[in-house]
Amino acid sequence: MSKIKIVNLQKSFGDFTAVKNSNLTINDKEFFVLLGPSGCGKTTTLRMIAGLELPTSGEIYLGDEEVGMLRASERDIAFVFQLFALYPHMNVKNNLSFPLKMQGYSRSEIKTRVEEAAKLLRIDHILNSNISSLSGGDRQRVALGRALVRRPKAFLMDEPLGTLDAEFRELMCLELKKLHIDIGATTVYVTHDQLEAMSLADRIAVMDGGEILQADEPSVIYNKPATKFVASFIGSPGMNFISIDQGISNEQSTLNIEGTNFNIPKQYEISKGKKNSFGIRPENLSLTSEGGLKGSVFGVEYLGSRKIVTVKTNFGEIKVKTDISTSVKVNENVQVKPSNDNIIIFDGETDKSLKSEFMN
Amino acid sequence: MDTSRSYLEPSSFSKKLAATIIIVYTVITLIPISWMVMTSFKNVNSAISYPPEVLFKPSLEGYVNLFTNRSRQSQEYLDSLPAPETWYEELVRSREMVITGPSKFLGRYSNSMIIGFGSTFASVFLGALAAYAFSRFRVPLKDDLLFFILSTRMFPPIAVAVPIFIMYRKLGLGDTHLGMIILYTVVNLSLAVWLLKGFMDEIPKEYEEAAMIDGYSRLQAFFKVVLPQAMTGIAATAIFCMIFSWNEYAFAVLLTQFNAQTAPPFIPTIIGEGGLDWPAIGAGTTLFLLPVMVFTIILRKHLLRGITFGAVRK
Repeated sequence: MSKIKIVNLQKSFGDFTAVKNSNLTINDKEFFVLLGPSGCGKTTTLRMIAGLELPTSGEIYLGDEEVGMLRASERDIAFVFQLFALYPHMNVKNNLSFPLKMQGYSRSEIKTRVEEAAKLLRIDHILNSNISSLSGGDRQRVALGRALVRRPKAFLMDEPLGTLDAEFRELMCLELKKLHIDIGATTVYVTHDQLEAMSLADRIAVMDGGEILQADEPSVIYNKPATKFVASFIGSPGMNFISIDQGISNEQSTLNIEGTNFNIPKQYEISKGKKNSFGIRPENLSLTSEGGLKGSVFGVEYLGSRKIVTVKTNFGEIKVKTDISTSVKVNENVQVKPSNDNIIIFDGETDKSLKSEFMN
Repeated sequence: MDTSRSYLEPSSFSKKLAATIIIVYTVITLIPISWMVMTSFKNVNSAISYPPEVLFKPSLEGYVNLFTNRSRQSQEYLDSLPAPETWYEELVRSREMVITGPSKFLGRYSNSMIIGFGSTFASVFLGALAAYAFSRFRVPLKDDLLFFILSTRMFPPIAVAVPIFIMYRKLGLGDTHLGMIILYTVVNLSLAVWLLKGFMDEIPKEYEEAAMIDGYSRLQAFFKVVLPQAMTGIAATAIFCMIFSWNEYAFAVLLTQFNAQTAPPFIPTIIGEGGLDWPAIGAGTTLFLLPVMVFTIILRKHLLRGITFGAVRK
């Protein structure tokens, strides 16, 4: 296993730039997730690490070796495809031994390795089955097994759970995590599902428009998003934004919105312009009868343990996560107020979060 | 109203109607073929008798005549010979003839085999490589090239017979196996590329990518992963190519005489005493029909089997 480093990586397809000047370091034995909406460049980045696409410019290091221009077959990595790509004309055993045959291992060595991987993934009872007769979960395990037998420098996974149904996805998520802990392999995992990313990752890189916006631990990504996009993409529902037509000055700790003063964390950075946004997560808001932003209830979603109340205000719709006991009716007049100081001010010109007492 | 079946399903009446039409059509198509097989088992006289005999005493005379050269002899000479050793010698002597040697049929037949299978293999192999390239790579002027390849089929091949005849004479390819294989391959290649490209497009590229990541080169991945999955297309293409090169007549007449003459131009020239030897011609065409039939039956199971067996979800 080894660490992966990408330096100033760029990929263009004609006029379209899929990945812009990206830099990343993925540590040895780390479970690293590339997260973003479709078309954000996460899969292209992964395919460049794999050698399925060649970068337009930039370098990729696998361990200490620069592999940017090497063929996929020369990189010693394993790739798990979204659609599994198991060879349909071979049975499970042959699928698993296919990568080993190329590397010239002896028959007995191949046999032990295949059996070892099969045992680890609990597919030893279906070794002689046809691929077509397997369930989605078993196919997933075989695809993982084919990656495992090689003992490669790194595992690359492109939305491997994307085609499984919800119940199985959760199970496989757990299994993947356990597998990663057991074998401690450097893993780069691409997904557009933030829950999957949050539950699996040691670190997450959030991408949008070909750029890496933030790469950090899940809790940091969630609580201290670097940009407005990260804040809105992560969390369900995402962060609320209230546009404010005023600049932020250093040391500022209150903010007047619609005549009401709100406490905000002490700011350490001056905003560039006058159009900024006030960001707060739905769970950090509460409904109140006075001293908040006025609005009327637009909708109530019942989630079992929580309720999400959408309030229509002069600043657009604001979502509030409330206790199950809160009873509000549609069209009822309510006020919305922050319940703690987990508040982030985003600079309107750069969309980046401003430094503050909370954001440090 | 019968609600036990979906309204999308054809009614039992239309199913029966379809079956009847198919059966009638099959019978009509089979009449000339069965007539040909029957003729091959008749003797010279019953083959041309009028009204035609549907019930007759079967004879292998046609097959014996097909494989042998014979000459007519006087009764005295025949009497002076030792008794015939084999059944076919006996048959020939009963017609007051002796066998003078084997005919050219076997040679022509094996020429057909060599040229037919050779060009089929070459067409499918080259066609698969070209189709793969067209399917996967960014080829400059791809659409124009594909159209050009197809355009070679737009005029009848025989329209270029004269230039090809002259070219082959200059190149020394006339009346050679290689020349005929190249010619039939060229004609078949456009069909092979187009047919196979369709099948290659259907195979997800993840398979080769997986194989390449597993340490195989692209060419190895092509042979080990792509080709086995394109078997349906390959089988269909091979059948079409085989039928064309096996049956081709015009170029074979024009370009081959001795060494590389195939069966089609040879069979109609089988002349017996006093005209065409219809039983021998019937025997020749019956035998000629067999390889393509067997070839098609063998490949049929690949045609019927699905391509990917659902290992990749779409």
